Amino acid sequence: MWKLLKIELFKIFKRPRTYIAFGAIASVVFLIQIALKFDGKSYIDLLLSNLDNSFEMTDEFKTKMLNGYLICFVILNTLLIQMPLLIALISGDSIAGEANMGTLRLSLTKPVSRTEYMLVKFTASVIYTISLLIWMALLALLGSIIIFGINDMVIIRSRGLEVIESFDIWWRYIAAFGYAAVALTVVSALAFLLSVFAENSIGPIIATMSIVIVFTILSEMNIPIYDRTVKPYLFTSHMVAWKGFFYMKADSEGATITGTVENMPAIMRSLSILVIYIGIFLSTAVWVFKKKDILT
Amino acid sequence: MKTTYIKSVIALLVVAISFSPVSVKAQTAEELINKVKAKLEKVNDYQANGKMKTNVIFIKAPIANVKVYYKKPNKLRINNESGISFIPKGSVNINLNNIFINTTGFDIIDMGKESGTNLRIIKLLPKDEEADVVLSTVYIDEVQQLIKKAKTTTKESGTYELEMSYGKYAEFGLADKVIFSFNTKDYKLPKGITFDYDDGTKKEQPTDKMKNKKGKVEIVYSNYIINKGVSDTVFK
Repeated sequence: MWKLLKIELFKIFKRPRTYIAFGAIASVVFLIQIALKFDGKSYIDLLLSNLDNSFEMTDEFKTKMLNGYLICFVILNTLLIQMPLLIALISGDSIAGEANMGTLRLSLTKPVSRTEYMLVKFTASVIYTISLLIWMALLALLGSIIIFGINDMVIIRSRGLEVIESFDIWWRYIAAFGYAAVALTVVSALAFLLSVFAENSIGPIIATMSIVIVFTILSEMNIPIYDRTVKPYLFTSHMVAWKGFFYMKADSEGATITGTVENMPAIMRSLSILVIYIGIFLSTAVWVFKKKDILT
Repeated sequence: MKTTYIKSVIALLVVAISFSPVSVKAQTAEELINKVKAKLEKVNDYQANGKMKTNVIFIKAPIANVKVYYKKPNKLRINNESGISFIPKGSVNINLNNIFINTTGFDIIDMGKESGTNLRIIKLLPKDEEADVVLSTVYIDEVQQLIKKAKTTTKESGTYELEMSYGKYAEFGLADKVIFSFNTKDYKLPKGITFDYDDGTKKEQPTDKMKNKKGKVEIVYSNYIINKGVSDTVFK
């Protein structure tokens, strides 16, 4: 199994297109960092425009707000919605690419079961996903800290603001990246499942993206009929739960309580739903692949 | 016998009147204001450390360690040097001297005493029609000659309210604790910008009453450094 995994990882990381995703992430992160370095105050003005009359919005305040922790949050907010495309590029190609090149039959001549083969393929996709996430974490968090420095972090929500003290942030990012790894694994599992049905990798990649886009739109729309019926079951509704680690509990007078998370059970519930999705997608992919006729 | 009794009663009444608050009442509102002002004018500048608690319906923030700098006539700055705090716009009004800064003077209206607290209520109406402050109402402890509460109504920024508790810096008219109340507007951003995580719990819809609720900032001072000089650069 280990040897097979090493071969799969070699195949993934040998292909130049694998690095397109790493390059794309680096470009987006740098573009956001450059934009916020030179015009971040306008961005803060936009976010806090309706507080202008009530609070002092000095340049010093805006500079403090534009610190590495906030910039990383902004980048994650943007990129974790786009990243499924980059994940699908590899996972969607996992089985379909082999079928397209005609190497699937050859691969299965090895003394491994189809289940083992699928698990190894999926594990390789997950390792790729996690590598991409670590790359993003390095650039977005460490890069932003180097460029912008650190300070307390202001979380901007649709109905309010939360200030997290700088010493209370790191563990939240570690938890958030851990959660994001699971969330992106769902997309990887979906692309992997679709890959089993196709002979060409374009189909599963586009299908994965289409599903993610439609589900994301449904998740973000505030229409009561969807809120009650569809939204709670869409994996895209739960993919953003990493933000829950940045929502804090407060006492009756609005003072935040250090080290707390506003609704941990909800995050755990979202995490469970994502794990269930991974289980369903993966087991279905294995089940279909075991029945798949690879001779014709 | 009867004459002696009447004389004693009169003597007692005279003593009681001369030591009762009625005698304090004898000082006019203008005199009282001048005494309070004189106390405040002893302070040319100060810097103070304090803990600031922000209580605004749409802000969750930790209790912050702040430094408050003041310099005559009306420079005041609240600084959170180790973090981020939302400082209300009218916070300059926590400096009580600000109430009396008016070049053309005031019309002073004595409103008597507040029932329960026995604080003297005095209204100050600026004579300058162009001034931003429309009306200030101060609640003064006549014995200590300290402002315990103040309400300032402005043209531009609504009404500010102050509540003070005094301790060892009372002789300078500097409070140990200040609660500053101010008007806030509701905060709202489209979900398309924030991409909030909806955890499925029913959120309380802000009512009009909640939207118009006043924000409060409470500063508890731990120490003051008075009249030792404060650099102008602090206020930039």
